[in-house]
Amino acid sequence: MQDFGAAFGEAFRLILTLDAGLLEIVVLSLKISLSAVALAGLIGLPLGAVLAVVRFPGRAVVVTLLNALMGLPPVVVGLIVYLMLSRAGPLGVFGLLYTPAAMIIAQTVLVVPIVAAIARQVIEDMRTEYDEQLRVLGIGPLGMVRTLLWDARASLLTALLAGFGRAIAEVGAVIIVGGNIDHVTRVMTTAIALETSKGDLALALGLGFVLLVIAVGVNALAMGLRRAAARGAYA
Amino acid sequence: MPRRSIAAGLMAAALLLGSLVAPAFAAEAFIVVQSTTSTQNSGLFDNLLPRFTKKTGIQVRVVAVGTGQALKNARNGDGDVLLVHAKPAELKFVEAGYGVKRFDLMYNDFVIVGPPKDPAKVGGMKDPIAALKKIAAAKAAFASRGDDSGTHKKERALWKQASVDPTKASGKWYRETGSGMGATLNAAVGMGAYTMTDRATWIAFKNKADFKILVEGDTKLFNQYGVILVNPNRHKHVKVKEGQAFVDWLLSPEGQAAIAAYKVKGQQLFFPNAKK
Repeated sequence: MQDFGAAFGEAFRLILTLDAGLLEIVVLSLKISLSAVALAGLIGLPLGAVLAVVRFPGRAVVVTLLNALMGLPPVVVGLIVYLMLSRAGPLGVFGLLYTPAAMIIAQTVLVVPIVAAIARQVIEDMRTEYDEQLRVLGIGPLGMVRTLLWDARASLLTALLAGFGRAIAEVGAVIIVGGNIDHVTRVMTTAIALETSKGDLALALGLGFVLLVIAVGVNALAMGLRRAAARGAYA
Repeated sequence: MPRRSIAAGLMAAALLLGSLVAPAFAAEAFIVVQSTTSTQNSGLFDNLLPRFTKKTGIQVRVVAVGTGQALKNARNGDGDVLLVHAKPAELKFVEAGYGVKRFDLMYNDFVIVGPPKDPAKVGGMKDPIAALKKIAAAKAAFASRGDDSGTHKKERALWKQASVDPTKASGKWYRETGSGMGATLNAAVGMGAYTMTDRATWIAFKNKADFKILVEGDTKLFNQYGVILVNPNRHKHVKVKEGQAFVDWLLSPEGQAAIAAYKVKGQQLFFPNAKK
């Protein structure tokens, strides 16, 4: 396939020339996916921790459901969010459809189950380990949630990174609720879909390589933070 | 890393989020146009819209989907203007009160493309109906959009005129991709299948491999585009003034000239035909 060679060429050309259109798309992709992950963290981490600590009837069902929701098809989420935000839908009055806000909402819905499910598992494992100490100290459920969330922070970073991976890579949801509008809601994945449908496979693949580079960059940054944090903890 | 800095990080992210949400509420002059993949993939909008925006200051946000989905989105009020190519469906849309009025805007034509081997021997034919009959008789692979788009509606109408029901062979020689024109062309090229496409998308398409236009030039392959302002009586948030300005500009001598002037590889893709 000569496309691969051409794609590498395109990727290098796009990066080296700091293509203005590309930069705009990359920045928007990062803004949207990082916002979604932050929101999902605010919702998913406490949710996962509470599920790990608090026992209640039907808990097993909730946990199973949460784990299953990790496999939510993006296009289904896109469709549901579209129906909610459409002018004919219940939240239509806000006029959010075809804006970055709509894309953040869709990606947050996709990412929350991933963050919450991984956080639940991590914290539950840690809880078994700490159980006795925590009980001796007489710490209540809320205190436990806080303590465990803090102590598991390094592992929870992986949960957030898994969520980020999902958010930055998906196309099914954002193309429906964002509309892939040039300069407004066009992100990396929808741009790749568009170039593919134009038959410009080299440019599409080139954009794919750029996306990969960005994902590597974000992960490296997060790992660096984690190492710095670990060093701080033991200093 | 102290606990506070994590909380601060999350707060910063939330602020970033706020800055993204805010523009949605700002009273910027823009309209949303529900349109088709052919007008976007061929590059027409990239050429047309900056001229309109420069003149009026109104930004045009295009959502490019199949005609079926565009009609559905506009019906839900998720757009101010509709620019598609399926006249019967468009007239029905206006009749049902979702659109104000439909105007002819421009036209081009459909062509049937296929592999150079041409297993059904349709190369050089004009009549698409005779060609489809031959393709069906030869059970030669044919890729259909299968997505209720304008092109798909047209293709189905032609099969009907040929008295062939290809959906009986769906999954065999008749392959419904359920995707946009570009994706279907990619699939057709990959499978060595015939497919029907609008000429504009074909000319601008970059992954033709050795595929060629085999059937063209019959009046039955005529492809008319229309433009409609979404009815504010149905959806009161429709930006009537801005939307109407866009429709008027497209139909004006200036807009029509801009459509005619758009060329790819020296070929004109769309032919303006608004009634004066």
